[in-house]
Amino acid sequence: MSVATQDTALRTGRVSRAFIYLFLLLMALFYLLPFGIMVINSLKPLSEITGGNMMSLPQVWTLDAWRSTWSTAQIGVEPTGMRPYFWNSIKMVVPAVAISTVLGALNGYVLTKWRFRGDTILFGLMLFSCFIPFQIVLIPMARVLGLTGLAGSTTGLILVHVVYGIGFSTLYFRNYYAVFPTELVRAAMMDGAGFFRIFWRILMPSSGPITVVCIIWQFTNIWNDFLFGASFADFDSQPITVALNNLVNSSTGVKEYNVHFAGAIYAALPTLLVYIVAGRYFVRGLMSGSVKG
Amino acid sequence: MSFLKIDNVTKRYGAVEVLHRVDIDVQQGEFLVLVGPSGCGKSTLLNMIAGLEEISSGTIAIKDKPMNGVHPSQRNIAMVFQSYALYPNMTVGKNITFGLEMHGVPKAERDAKLGKVADMLQITPLLDRKPGQLSGGQRQRVAMGRALVRDPDVFLFDEPLSNLDAKLRVDMRTEIKKLHQRLGTTIVYVTHDQIEAMTLSTRIAVMNGGYIQQLGTPREIYDTPNNIFVAAFMGSPSMNLLDAVIRLDGDDAAVEIADGDGAPVTLPLPIPAARLQGRDGTKVVLGIRPEAITDPDGADKSANTVVALKNVIDVTEPAGSDTFVTTTMAGKDVIGRMRADAHVHAGDNADLAINMDKAVIFDPKTEDRIV
Repeated sequence: MSVATQDTALRTGRVSRAFIYLFLLLMALFYLLPFGIMVINSLKPLSEITGGNMMSLPQVWTLDAWRSTWSTAQIGVEPTGMRPYFWNSIKMVVPAVAISTVLGALNGYVLTKWRFRGDTILFGLMLFSCFIPFQIVLIPMARVLGLTGLAGSTTGLILVHVVYGIGFSTLYFRNYYAVFPTELVRAAMMDGAGFFRIFWRILMPSSGPITVVCIIWQFTNIWNDFLFGASFADFDSQPITVALNNLVNSSTGVKEYNVHFAGAIYAALPTLLVYIVAGRYFVRGLMSGSVKG
Repeated sequence: MSFLKIDNVTKRYGAVEVLHRVDIDVQQGEFLVLVGPSGCGKSTLLNMIAGLEEISSGTIAIKDKPMNGVHPSQRNIAMVFQSYALYPNMTVGKNITFGLEMHGVPKAERDAKLGKVADMLQITPLLDRKPGQLSGGQRQRVAMGRALVRDPDVFLFDEPLSNLDAKLRVDMRTEIKKLHQRLGTTIVYVTHDQIEAMTLSTRIAVMNGGYIQQLGTPREIYDTPNNIFVAAFMGSPSMNLLDAVIRLDGDDAAVEIADGDGAPVTLPLPIPAARLQGRDGTKVVLGIRPEAITDPDGADKSANTVVALKNVIDVTEPAGSDTFVTTTMAGKDVIGRMRADAHVHAGDNADLAINMDKAVIFDPKTEDRIV
């Protein structure tokens, strides 16, 4: 990527170059400003925020807000802190991402290498789920969860997110496998490998980039989801996004802005981490998977 | 009893029939080449033998066992694919033994077989590498190793040499032939390259438009092509096909063509006139291979009917081993093949010797061979 950028970069003079960098720097600052303010204020005692300028650096640096947010802050009616909800989210996201990714890969494998009559129509219908807004399915989904007895449980949330995630994960893997040589599958068939062995031994080991894309995409979406969490979860299964809302809306005494800021950062941290760790594969995988086919 | 029997096999995709009632019997140890232009159905037929495509009607049997509906892995066949289809995530050794592993062969036996095959193909130093680190020729060997290690009843090759450069292709061709001679295995080989077909096969099936045009030994196919398609497809440069008229005179048969100036030339045929009974004066297509048109000194001394004539040479193409000349007869470019040191130049009115023993005659309407 960087090589290509250098090759196609226009030749520019010093002045215009300085101007470009200045502009980019300003945009980056502008973009980072909210996050910077969050971090700064989460490190201040509350009195500094209420009494002074939100933009200024802390006079007393403290991690108190971070500690209390994690373990003692008032969430709704319980002073539990964010910790249990953080784990709720983890317990929901990890299985949901894993299941939707594996199912998407299997779907992509079947749709490209085990073609059948009507497979394109089926794929089209699955794509549809990518375009349906969350709100539309709230009531039918509540009914399904009620009937299956999964309402209010983490398992129920996992089901919801897997159902919603399959559309995208299938799209990713189908397009990736569309350019995967079919001769390899045929060779494995002649070698005596069955449906699942071909999948696990031949296709999956070559699916690294697209798997990363799929995981990042699903992780971000499911972790950040508020609507399903607020609608379908009980107190003991609420994800961190709902807890953040409750934290901010808890009205016992003063608004602890520093705690709110710390809570927001807690909620954003895992997705941030995923992007930093796997970000470069994201672009690479998007290029190799979604554009072709 | 035939080893591989293709009996009345048809392939349809919906309403479109792409392969029409194909019958081929392959004996044990035979090297059958399916050759034809792209879209002729040769790869479809091979995939049906492999079990990768369903048979619409008819039967394919190996060792008298019908294979219709039998899974590819249960047919005891092995296939070398055009792209080699090596598993990119496995080492060469794993690639070769993957099939054995899938068939539940114990590790010790797998390793023994791997060692043997790797020795035979001289790929032992490559066993720990990944396919991505190999050259084209090495990949080709690994693909063959993967087929060999299974010790199958029938080997299937799907254009295995078409991804190699010209020199390597010739080398690998020889290797495949050596391997066949050493192991005596039964091979079905698909190619669009008529030279591969000629050099490798014990028998050739020339296919076009879903029909077998001719099934025979390379010599039969080359010397006595069934029709104009086979004549034109096999051989390089391809056979000269000229408009001609039959002239019968008592017992003697001949064809008349126009030479470069448009003047009629009579070329005697080495067959009795009775074979062409009732065709006197009819139009035909005369087929002469380039090597039957030579300089007089290069003419085949054992041939019975050699006609000498003079014609103007338009182009000479020295190819090192031979010199190809282009001249005009019957209003068409005609290619002849002379000795490398024959003294001909473009524009010469050169002496030509035409070996009529090798001439064939086709009916212009049906395109089938008459003589």
